[in-house]
Amino acid sequence: MAQIGTAGNYGKDIRSDCQITLELTDSGGLQIELISKIKDFFGDQIVALAKKELEFFEIKNANLKIEDGGSLDYVIAARIEAALKKIIETKKEFLLEIIPQNTNQTNRDRHRRSRLYLPGNTPKLAINAGIYKPDGIILDLEDSVAPDRKFEAAILVRNTLRSIDFYGTERMVRINQLPKGLDDLDYVIPHHVNLVLVPKCESAEQLEAVNAKIAEIKKARNLDYNVWLLPIIESALGVINSYSIACVENVIGLSIGLEDYTADLGTQRTAEGTESFFARSQIVNSARAAKVQAIDSVFSDVNDMEALKQNVLRSKALGFDGMGCIHPRQIEVIHHNFAPTETEIEKAQKIVNAYNEAKEKGLGVVSLGSKMIDVPVVKRALKVLELAGKEGE
Amino acid sequence: MKKADKFVKNAAGRLVPTMVNGREVVPFMGVDKFKPDHRGASLRIPSCSDYPSDGNKIIPTLKEALIKCGLKDGMTISTHHHYRNGDLISNQVFDIAAEMGIKDLRWFPSAAFPCNEPMIKHLESGVIHHIEGSLNGPLGDYCSRGKMAGMGYLRSHGGRIRSISDGDVHIDIAVLVASAADMTGDANGIMGKNPFGPMGLACGDAKFADYTIVVTDTLVPYPCYPWQIMGNYVDFVVVVDQVGDPDKIVSGTTRITNSPDRLLIAEYCADFIEASGILKDGICFQAGAGGTSLAFVQFMKEKMIRKGFKSRALMGGSTKFQVELLENGLADYIFEGQAFDLEVVRSLRENANHIASDVFESYDFHAKGNMARMMDAIVLGSTEVDVNFNANCVSHSDGRMLHGIGGFQNCMIGQCTIIAVPSFRDRIPVIRNRVTTLVAPGELVDVIVTERGICINPKRTDLIEATKNSGLPIRDIHDLKAEVDRICGVPADPKLSDEAVAVVEWIDGTILDTIWKVEK
Repeated sequence: MAQIGTAGNYGKDIRSDCQITLELTDSGGLQIELISKIKDFFGDQIVALAKKELEFFEIKNANLKIEDGGSLDYVIAARIEAALKKIIETKKEFLLEIIPQNTNQTNRDRHRRSRLYLPGNTPKLAINAGIYKPDGIILDLEDSVAPDRKFEAAILVRNTLRSIDFYGTERMVRINQLPKGLDDLDYVIPHHVNLVLVPKCESAEQLEAVNAKIAEIKKARNLDYNVWLLPIIESALGVINSYSIACVENVIGLSIGLEDYTADLGTQRTAEGTESFFARSQIVNSARAAKVQAIDSVFSDVNDMEALKQNVLRSKALGFDGMGCIHPRQIEVIHHNFAPTETEIEKAQKIVNAYNEAKEKGLGVVSLGSKMIDVPVVKRALKVLELAGKEGE
Repeated sequence: MKKADKFVKNAAGRLVPTMVNGREVVPFMGVDKFKPDHRGASLRIPSCSDYPSDGNKIIPTLKEALIKCGLKDGMTISTHHHYRNGDLISNQVFDIAAEMGIKDLRWFPSAAFPCNEPMIKHLESGVIHHIEGSLNGPLGDYCSRGKMAGMGYLRSHGGRIRSISDGDVHIDIAVLVASAADMTGDANGIMGKNPFGPMGLACGDAKFADYTIVVTDTLVPYPCYPWQIMGNYVDFVVVVDQVGDPDKIVSGTTRITNSPDRLLIAEYCADFIEASGILKDGICFQAGAGGTSLAFVQFMKEKMIRKGFKSRALMGGSTKFQVELLENGLADYIFEGQAFDLEVVRSLRENANHIASDVFESYDFHAKGNMARMMDAIVLGSTEVDVNFNANCVSHSDGRMLHGIGGFQNCMIGQCTIIAVPSFRDRIPVIRNRVTTLVAPGELVDVIVTERGICINPKRTDLIEATKNSGLPIRDIHDLKAEVDRICGVPADPKLSDEAVAVVEWIDGTILDTIWKVEK
């Protein structure tokens, strides 16, 4: 095994990250060199942290070089750990205290109108992600991380889950395509991730495997919280199997990834989306049949807010509950346009009023005008009002 | 002579000298407390008969003009940064002085830019004794390291004209660049080969200097109209091949940010202005260059269109984004102190409602009121703020001088002064217990807007009341600071020496704070 381990990034335009070069030596103790523009302010703290971490891993002699661009402790700790684990085998994990906000669980049917993708190995984008108030943030270990950075990204994502306040946003992680994705679970399940996105999902068996691995980790660590699953359907086969996929335990929704899906079909993704109409409708249908949410693909032109709006309106009309986003500025457009219209709100209010009235009078049957109202209709109306209230925030 | 001496604690609790570069100065006494009890500067009285009878004041070279002005040791030479980083003349003035063996000059620029780095060799050789003017880039660094023979003296744009008119600074020779001039010295910055915009920073110099030289590369037949410098104030005219590079007035801060954090800050500023009721038909507001300010202007534009409002007047320095408002009928007037791009220059030339203003009109504290006061809202950037709403825009948290004051202090007189900043940058908290350098007293800062929330100065109970049910993230500044400290950690205090290298003057001429030498 090599005796020099590296991890992280450093350069003129790279902020909030650092690059670690760690060389194990035979003697001379711990030599720590810090290059940082914030050295005057945080130099002592950073060196103390590095020392504590190396001691935790029982490293007695090493040359550690930290080239820092203003990174926070959780990043520095993750980078040192990744560099070290490239040169030594250890099961130990250097964990900073988890912030109390990040131990909550989320409800199965909470709003998932927007989920913001964050490249898992780019700390700069994660630190402020929560202030944009998406319904969920996704720390991505899959496509946005280069193959040779997957390892350090998993450690960074683990630390991010523990240290960064996302202000009530649902904490999601997109793992790698299975089977590699199963290994990613070790890095996220013990750290209160709320939801795991499973990419390129084609069968219920794949999700069963994910559930099994999660159960194993929970048992080993004595964890009692639930972790939801959101499979991403990205192939023709996945679309065909979508109903059975949606029925797997802990699945709260079906999502669709159109880039891969259209490639699988042998066609191109267009703005009108004719080529994916069937798949999107099928996803919505399967999701509704399994009583889970239907969540649309991302819209990738971050500068065209009008096109995004049209996309959201089409998506809503097809029956989707939400979609992915890749830039914080998309969130408001998505929330605004997924929100119920005035007419929808008015109708929902009437239904809920009728229901409340019937309940007060002790009537078994709810009716509005000449129409009978079923419980699912009331539930849907309540949801519309809730969504309307939320949008107005 | 010591650079700075007789230190006292001023009313803001800052240790400041009362002797600076051999002149006695008054420590800051509090906002609106100091009233000068003397009359202002006295002017050299010229006579028309002393000037060429045909009105032709053209001199073949800058050197000859400087000699005719009587350039000698110890003089004060003023120049202007209208070309910003494309300034070609200031350096030449001091190269000529060096060639003539002149020493101990005081350079009194309206601001220095990285292109003025060659001045360092003149500081080292003693041609320039010290610089009084906004310092940034390499010169700011040079001064921060304590290398300058005299004290740096930082004044706002308004403070600079005040210091001239009060007689604190007597200009021996003003060298004014103009993109067009006639032979008698009428000049402007909007015509000619290399137009750059208004000349407002130079008007006071032309009036008060003993001698004024206009340097241009485009000579037009009399009259050069509209003139912003009137030939009546001009002693000599010099024609050169190129007077400046207008492409370099476009700084990196004239593009709208695509940083989501900054966009959010800009949006919160506009939302705050709307929620507080400041946004109304006929609103006057100011926003400068810088990615966040530009985005703010765009958000204001959207709001005005939605509400069917129109701005009565915008105050620059502006960019093409303000010009768009003017040309689309969303603003009646722009007062232009400084052009940040060439669209502004074009608009100044073509549109009578785009008005080149001079610093006396816009910012001077000893004017009988000024334009900044007429602004309903003003949005500014800053390097640091503190829990008492004090603001710093000249030094970074390590104490190093990196920016000029510009109009920052002068804008504090606006009806609602908003500082728009990220709550931390590269792990360094922007919200501090105490700003490293005090540039604006907290009692004048009304609102601090960050990506994590909006803090209203407790003194502005009206704004607090107006926005309390707005749904905006209004927060106590201590609470916000605590959150930022949780994210970043608490930084160690900067290591500053006890050697003063520069002072920051308040708009009334008193000394607000001292900038200390940076170790290393």
